[in-house]
Amino acid sequence: MTPLIEMKHISLRFGGNQALKDVSVNLYPGEVLGLLGHNGAGKSTLIKVLSGAYQADSGQIFVEGQEVQVKTPQDSQRYGIETIYQNLALADNLDAVANVFLGREKVRGVALDEDTMELEARNVLDRLRIRIPSLRVPVQNMSGGQRQSVAIGRAIYFKAKCLIMDEPTAALGPEETRKVGELIKALKSEGVGIFLISHDLHDVFDLSDRLTVMKNGAVVGTVNTKDVTHDDVLGMIIGGVMPKGVPSADDQAPTA
Amino acid sequence: MQNAPTTPSAPRRSLLESLGVDLQLLTMLLALVIVWIGFQIWSEGTFLSPRNLWFLAVQTAVVGIMVGGMVLVIVARQIDLSVGSVLGFTAMIMAVLQSHALSGKGWPWELALLVGLGVGVLIGAFNGYLTAYWGVPAFVVTLAGLLIFRNATFSVSNITISPLDPTFQILGGGNNGSIGGFWTWVFGGIAALLIIWQTLLGRARRQRNGFAVRPVWAEVLVTGITLLIVFGFVKVMNDYPIPGTNPPVPAGISVPVLIAVVVLGFLHWMSRSTRFGRYIYAIGGNPEAALLAGINVKRMLVYIFMLMGFLTALAAAVQAARLNAATPGLGMNLELTVIAGAVIGGTVLSGGSGTILGAALGSLLISSLVNGLGLVGVPTEQQNIYVGIVLLVAVLWNTITNRRKGSR
Repeated sequence: MTPLIEMKHISLRFGGNQALKDVSVNLYPGEVLGLLGHNGAGKSTLIKVLSGAYQADSGQIFVEGQEVQVKTPQDSQRYGIETIYQNLALADNLDAVANVFLGREKVRGVALDEDTMELEARNVLDRLRIRIPSLRVPVQNMSGGQRQSVAIGRAIYFKAKCLIMDEPTAALGPEETRKVGELIKALKSEGVGIFLISHDLHDVFDLSDRLTVMKNGAVVGTVNTKDVTHDDVLGMIIGGVMPKGVPSADDQAPTA
Repeated sequence: MQNAPTTPSAPRRSLLESLGVDLQLLTMLLALVIVWIGFQIWSEGTFLSPRNLWFLAVQTAVVGIMVGGMVLVIVARQIDLSVGSVLGFTAMIMAVLQSHALSGKGWPWELALLVGLGVGVLIGAFNGYLTAYWGVPAFVVTLAGLLIFRNATFSVSNITISPLDPTFQILGGGNNGSIGGFWTWVFGGIAALLIIWQTLLGRARRQRNGFAVRPVWAEVLVTGITLLIVFGFVKVMNDYPIPGTNPPVPAGISVPVLIAVVVLGFLHWMSRSTRFGRYIYAIGGNPEAALLAGINVKRMLVYIFMLMGFLTALAAAVQAARLNAATPGLGMNLELTVIAGAVIGGTVLSGGSGTILGAALGSLLISSLVNGLGLVGVPTEQQNIYVGIVLLVAVLWNTITNRRKGSR
């Protein structure tokens, strides 16, 4: 099975700081890969390389077996990679419709086609089952869950093959967290590959097929979620070593 | 369901929500009405005479042409302090080129105007380039521009250049500088038809898509008041006769006012209904989000400053044409009036928020104050006290209403 995404030997240096050291990960269709590690371990930097916000100094990126150059966020979107950033990357002063379509507005002639955009935004947000009474108020007036669903709606409207979710539940209550979890499972069953970055071990254990742990800009190891315990993973995050007797799952299609 | 009022959990819609009108715009209109009525009483009936309102419109035109550009600059989290000096500089260039110029023989006014507009756009591009690509704060770049272009104006000519080409003077609204009664009615009629057509079309389309629409009474009320303003404007412009005509010939909309109205109308549409406008607000709301959404933020900033430069040069042409002269001090401190107009009109200096219509009303409020205070005999050196107080009250009011709206 060809991986959906392969990142090979990615390195990136910011001044004197080696942010990424020879990092390789891969992601299969319909798989959730949990990315774990402390703040500053390099998770966010790695996904920003994939989403085109940063450019790696060296290394290669493959999408469905083809090597690609990801220099800008548009490049990434063109390859079907959509990113939901930790800070949500929403323009708070704009409404939900404007945010869903930001940068990819529908137009008739030169004028924005607001009605079509509102209809389609409504359709895509209804799939997420988080109630948003009006799509026409600035998103700064919305709850954390509503804002999250706008960010997710933005990603899935454009038919992502690969979804990058950076701390998708950090700002949410338990009920909204559960809904986001359901959504991830639904997307997964449609064959979308998902990078899931989270501090919450419970979330990651619940939702992911494999786990990749990073420390100080390098990969500690990749394991099958069902092979490890919370303590094993904590050991990887803190100690930076693979747990004894657990097989590496570096390059392995999901068996489930 | 979109149909909020039918669901039992939805709160009753307030009057304002039914009207679907921006609260800020409504308070601006209200403040304007109060100030106008106050001056009408204070000036014993002079302020609201057609003659005074006609001149008030002309006095507002120069700032009105620029203020929309300033709103967009501020919405994008920038500022342009150079507009007063750039106005002086481009006006001087246009005046020198069309009068005696360097060769002793003037250029055609059209060419002088084009060169002036081009210089304005270039200065804007330079401001935007330094701000966007070199990361110099716009405050510093344009503060330098304020200093440089004022003295550059003196270097071009340290004496007043006058007179200017008679055709060029039409831009300022002097002799023959109004479009006359007939064309004023045509203008008003077209504006009214556009408003009605847009309202009906938008309403029909929203209903077809199953979106909530204003109640019919609210739609009729809002559209009716808008049309009333349009026809009030047309009537006042036509009630002022061209001086010295008997029987009186209606002057109609003067050219500078026409330019300002067209510029503001276009910017209003552009800011709300095009990608370019949408991206300006996105940049102001969250520059990082704009960047991640694939918007070329740096290039956008350059375009915004270029637009500001163009509008400044256009205002310069109008101002010089109106005075029939370019003076080295033309436009001094004007940047402050333009910024004040934008801010009184609800533009927030931290970016992301502000409307063209609000700023237009804000500028009209300032010029109403200056005009009215002059009319009742308050000396010029005291007028800015009142303008300053209004600025403070307006910003306080905006801060309070924004806080209540829950914005951060």
